[in-house]
Amino acid sequence: MNNKLNLNDLSIRNNWAKTEEADHFSKMLKLYRQNELDPDSFRRFRLQHGAYGTRMTDNYAMVRIKIPAGEIHPEQLIKIAQLSDSFSIGSAHISTRQNIQLHWVVLEDVPEIMLELAKVGLTTREACGNTIRNIMCGPLSGVCANEMFDSTPYALATAKFLLRNPLNQNLPRKFKFNFTCCEKHGMGKIVDVGLVPVINESTECTQYGFKIFLGGGLGNKSYVGHQLEEFTPIEDLLHTSIAVIKIFDRLGNRKNLARNRMRYLVNELGWDEFKNLVLKERTISRVTQSATLSLEIDNNQNLNSIAETFQRVDLDLMMYERWLKTNTIKQKQTNYYSVFVTLEAGDITSNQLRKLAKICATFSKERTMRNGFSQDIVIRWVHLNHLKILYSKLLSVGLANPGALTLASPVGCSGTTSCNLALTNSHRLAKEIQRKLLSLKIDQDDDLKDSTIKISGCPNSCGQHEIATIGFYGGGGRSGKDMYPVYQMSLGGRHDNYARLGTNCIRIPAKNVINTILKIISIFKQDRKPHDTLKSWLDKIVNSRSDTSVRSINDIKKLLLPLTIVPSKNENSDFYSDYGSNDNYHTRTGKGECAA
Amino acid sequence: MCSLKENISHVTLNADTLISKINDRDIRIIDVRSRKDYSQHHIHNSVNLPLLELLSNDSPGHLIKLIQSMGISDDTHVVVYDNTFGALASRLVWNLLYVGHNNVSLLDITYDNWKLLGYDIDSKNVNFGTKIHTLNINNNILSTAEYLEKKINDDNTVIIDNRERLNFLEQHIPGAINIPYKIFASPNKILKPTNELEKIFESRYVDHDAEIITYCGSSGTLSGLAYNALKSIGFENVKLYTHSFKEWKQLQKTIAKQDDANYWDLSAE
Repeated sequence: MNNKLNLNDLSIRNNWAKTEEADHFSKMLKLYRQNELDPDSFRRFRLQHGAYGTRMTDNYAMVRIKIPAGEIHPEQLIKIAQLSDSFSIGSAHISTRQNIQLHWVVLEDVPEIMLELAKVGLTTREACGNTIRNIMCGPLSGVCANEMFDSTPYALATAKFLLRNPLNQNLPRKFKFNFTCCEKHGMGKIVDVGLVPVINESTECTQYGFKIFLGGGLGNKSYVGHQLEEFTPIEDLLHTSIAVIKIFDRLGNRKNLARNRMRYLVNELGWDEFKNLVLKERTISRVTQSATLSLEIDNNQNLNSIAETFQRVDLDLMMYERWLKTNTIKQKQTNYYSVFVTLEAGDITSNQLRKLAKICATFSKERTMRNGFSQDIVIRWVHLNHLKILYSKLLSVGLANPGALTLASPVGCSGTTSCNLALTNSHRLAKEIQRKLLSLKIDQDDDLKDSTIKISGCPNSCGQHEIATIGFYGGGGRSGKDMYPVYQMSLGGRHDNYARLGTNCIRIPAKNVINTILKIISIFKQDRKPHDTLKSWLDKIVNSRSDTSVRSINDIKKLLLPLTIVPSKNENSDFYSDYGSNDNYHTRTGKGECAA
Repeated sequence: MCSLKENISHVTLNADTLISKINDRDIRIIDVRSRKDYSQHHIHNSVNLPLLELLSNDSPGHLIKLIQSMGISDDTHVVVYDNTFGALASRLVWNLLYVGHNNVSLLDITYDNWKLLGYDIDSKNVNFGTKIHTLNINNNILSTAEYLEKKINDDNTVIIDNRERLNFLEQHIPGAINIPYKIFASPNKILKPTNELEKIFESRYVDHDAEIITYCGSSGTLSGLAYNALKSIGFENVKLYTHSFKEWKQLQKTIAKQDDANYWDLSAE
């Protein structure tokens, strides 16, 4: 068993780093500080290297560490813990796109962080800016009972091919790839390029490939992706990717910052036209570059042997069962489980990172972790017999909250905790909702299990609110001369093969959001048919297929109207301050950097 | 006076070197941990001077009396250690320098590490008799609130806050820069190698000619570590604001903060 952690003795499969980049960053920063490099050029450079701006200040950065395919080694987690202690706020943030972020970092420390990350094979290169962002892969890829084959090697090979590739150094806008394990667990349709692994079995042969979806994505205006063709064989994966990137690079809107994601191009050209362009471009790529370009697929999986432990564990069995039910998934491999570690809105302390690294190295047969799609971390390949002791270890570091795979683990973007564009503290709201729902044991309710709550602090969709069963995005409301934080709520969104953007419902003052969620649950409980879950009930309503007395979103709206009322400041001044603050609420934003 | 070079090499003492001198009568090892921890076990031949007790009465005269009773004279080489990443030991080192005892070093590792390496420990109390020590206050290394206040807008003075980042964002002395104390340690030693320490200050444009004032939360321990880190790479004009931010607030001096962001909500509990 290799549960020893030693940063000097590292065997990692993929080294994403390039040490020279730290030095280069340091030189460019100096030029910028000496006014020899203009702020715009420096910003573009900084974003290309994964250093994002911070709310209301030029002195701090957010460093986004890419975790390609979400695959992270214990030693890498320990390094991130060290860096968080030295250069950040003693916590790290797990994002919804398999990045790990260090916030409130002094800009001058970024090169040092890059250098230290390089020692464990990690990079921040192309984590922000108009590049191909982190290549995601389903956290259950390789272990999912529904999947046809493991897409991880393809996600990693694509990441390797595209990282630092001249193809993607100056795209019209950011560009995202998501590989999934299966249609059910996917995020394949709400991204520029979504890939679901499928096997095509005909009489002659068995062919591996993907269903590829193009032109989806969330933002100020969101779209669901279109399927390119019935089946794309793996031999065509690279050429299809190159073709799509080239078409976007050539035709994407470089003038209008608000309309420059690929989904707008698809919308403007029309799907058929766009599809034909891609297919033509792919033919060219195939003919001209097949001999020179290929993906390096590494199908080897290193599984370690884990020593059996028969250690007796004393624990609260009720709590353990609750956790077991909501935080673990049975793998396709007999007797093995994947364990989802719930965080609060993705935040984890440096100490917890260290402990988690140790737990993974001790109990996971693959000795790596994945970060999930919901600001969480997944430890896979845990033997049935080790679940109890693993739970007790998680409990001892405060990482055993139940509800990971239920409504009770809301996603919240960073909001006003660090983002320049944010209007509300969506981050804290997600934590408040989670605490409330867990205290009410909502995670134990099977009818609510398959629903999600996601919150963004502004109309942009970093919190992915549009694909949530119950989604919120923040804004400012006004009552006379006073302002209060408010959320626009949408219902019935989903991100699987039936991907659908939520339907806008109503604006709710921030301080009534929790009550609104509880009210929706109670409306559902009264109205439902026996087999309905909250998700399926809302599905019927938003698709005009309701078979109960609540017929439409409007009906729900009427029932929620009392919760939209904002008391006067004298009656209840609490409505006029946001979560995490006692001050009077006012909207303040700086310049966004996504589009830089 | 020692030459500059000797001074630099003096700030920390390598554990191996201490081993070789551990029975030397001219060397005095001081353990600043609590009496309870010390009585269980400690580095062989060390004496106990709990820092928390000292801080409750850190008048120069009191400290001189204490070190005299430990058999420390002006020439004795004092080596200080703790088990709190060097911060408590650093504060005593500063106090000794302040009362005029210049022949003092930090042990370069913590007590836990010392034990881990299998070096000599025991639980014996040792007595080195009483010696005479002169009192020669060095005001050049002390900053009071009044002094610091005058230096806030001085271009040649760098004020360094060594608390954690969130505390700094929330409130700090105007004009201060933040270097959290955890930056200074390397995985095995209380201070990084000198070239790495140099880089930390260089990247923040802190010049060797500048006057530096370090402070932290309340008692000058975290900033004491920073004080020693700076001395170890040859910064000459460094002062410790011993009463630090706690006193600054009590005196209702001006405070700066990072506005319009809920950064605390980003930290996990």
